[in-house]
Amino acid sequence: MHTKTIKELSLGLQSGDYSSEELTLSYLKRIKQHEHLNSFISLTEDRAIAASKQADAMLAAGNAPLLTGIPMAHKDIFCTQGVKTSCGSKMLDNFIAPYNATVVDKFNQAGMISLGKLNMDEFAMGSSNETSFYGAAQNPWANNTVPGGSSGGSAAAVAARLIPGATGTDTGGSIRQPAAFCGITGLKPTYGRVSRYGMIAYASSLDQGGPMTQTAEDAALMLQAMAGFDTKDSTSAEQAVPDYSATLNNSLKGLKIGLPKEFFDESLNSDMAAAIETAINEYKKMGAEIVDVSMPNLKLAIPAYYVIAPAECSANLQRMDGVRFGHRCDNPEDLNDLYIRSRGEGFGTEVKRRILVGTYALSAGYYDAYYIKAQKIRRLITEDFTKAFESVDVIMGPVTPSPAFGIGEKTADPIQMYLADIYTIAVNLAGLPAMSVPAGFIDNKPVGLQIIGNYFDEAKLLNVAHQYQQVTNWHQQTPKGFE
Amino acid sequence: MSLTTDDVNKIAYLARLGINTQDTESYTTDLSNMLNLVAQMSSIDTDNVAPMAHPFDQIQALRPDVITESNQRDAFQSIAPQVEEGLYLVPKVLD
Repeated sequence: MHTKTIKELSLGLQSGDYSSEELTLSYLKRIKQHEHLNSFISLTEDRAIAASKQADAMLAAGNAPLLTGIPMAHKDIFCTQGVKTSCGSKMLDNFIAPYNATVVDKFNQAGMISLGKLNMDEFAMGSSNETSFYGAAQNPWANNTVPGGSSGGSAAAVAARLIPGATGTDTGGSIRQPAAFCGITGLKPTYGRVSRYGMIAYASSLDQGGPMTQTAEDAALMLQAMAGFDTKDSTSAEQAVPDYSATLNNSLKGLKIGLPKEFFDESLNSDMAAAIETAINEYKKMGAEIVDVSMPNLKLAIPAYYVIAPAECSANLQRMDGVRFGHRCDNPEDLNDLYIRSRGEGFGTEVKRRILVGTYALSAGYYDAYYIKAQKIRRLITEDFTKAFESVDVIMGPVTPSPAFGIGEKTADPIQMYLADIYTIAVNLAGLPAMSVPAGFIDNKPVGLQIIGNYFDEAKLLNVAHQYQQVTNWHQQTPKGFE
Repeated sequence: MSLTTDDVNKIAYLARLGINTQDTESYTTDLSNMLNLVAQMSSIDTDNVAPMAHPFDQIQALRPDVITESNQRDAFQSIAPQVEEGLYLVPKVLD
């Protein structure tokens, strides 16, 4: 049962092959069997079983929406009322969210059953899950290997088939990179497509939530439930939401695929380059045309990101002050001591680094040289994409320069970790939608193909990914020991 | 761009962020490395480029001026470290 997709589970539930309660209990059992993966921070068993009984009643009544009764789990960055929402941090280890994120409400309304909260890098700052206060989740494909980050728990759990789908968030690659490392499908929607209300903010002008699933078809179903304008998020887009499943089977004949030459330079691992080329060849067989494009400012994406994201995080994380919620130090001497020690004890090293850099970049005398400069470069990068999309429908390339690395391999040098996000970060700066789709293996570790689309063109991305999944079976591979 | 430990201590104070004394040195190195990374930005002329604050040049959405938020003080204070009679408690600020 656990290898089934959301689409298949939905058919089974609607035709009464099994109940939601049976499904829920079976997935909960699997999660406990594979606890060593450390993909969950908390399980909400009693709530899940109660919700599954309600779902079964709706299914019996015969008017249940498509996703009714299907288990899933949320990245622990989405506030869930009455449930610990830690954001992977000691700072929020005692934080019981007093309200639901819009995304959580929407999945509840759609009838999905949340089984718990998934592990992640602390406050979504990290590319390996190793900055989590709860320890890193494991990649089910290889021992002692990172699942990627920051949505590493989501990717590991879906890859190990502990849940059929999960939510993630992506600020610089945090859905796509773990999806690539774990061999699953991940979609980062256009900025503003999915409400950020109740999604704990890292860098507000870059953050976006999205689905992580086995297939593009499932991602379409989950995005359908997540997307849409929300009056509670002033940056959410007031744009109609198309039927994402309706166009999955469109022909790709004549599709124009842009390949930026900067994505395929000498920094790309040769096995990775070969895997991506094989995937592109599949598209050629389906009638797609290849167009060479250039993105000259791409190399500036990491420098600009490491000003903009820390600057925004240093502002956002000021709310963690030890006064209204979260960790408070013992016996503060005065108010300053309360702030300084509560924050010093509550935050981990990577979060501190980024708060410090952000504070510096925004401080008097440095604002123009760093923050304004980075915003100007952000425009140049965006213009590179705009220009490319004048002649192509989608852009393709790798998600990562190489497959998943070992736990502890890159922690000593944070800069090396940052540089590995070269192919994902520019997309966030531009606010574009992009996907990672399983496209093969290198040394038994999964490889992801990145597909980048134009603004609000998620339907095209899903169509392009789904067609690839009709002629390949990489997305159906299950890691050894989890079949 | 190289920072000193004094710089880092000053920034940490601005951020009200406690750092263990034995870690100041490594934060100083890490921050200097990050600033060297971002210094690549200066290689490019951006004099005639407008800063981009947001993926879309979006106008702030307006809504009717009616109260939509209900009073949830008790719910919010139930997760606070220290409250009394509806007030958040902090160490004495004024003598």
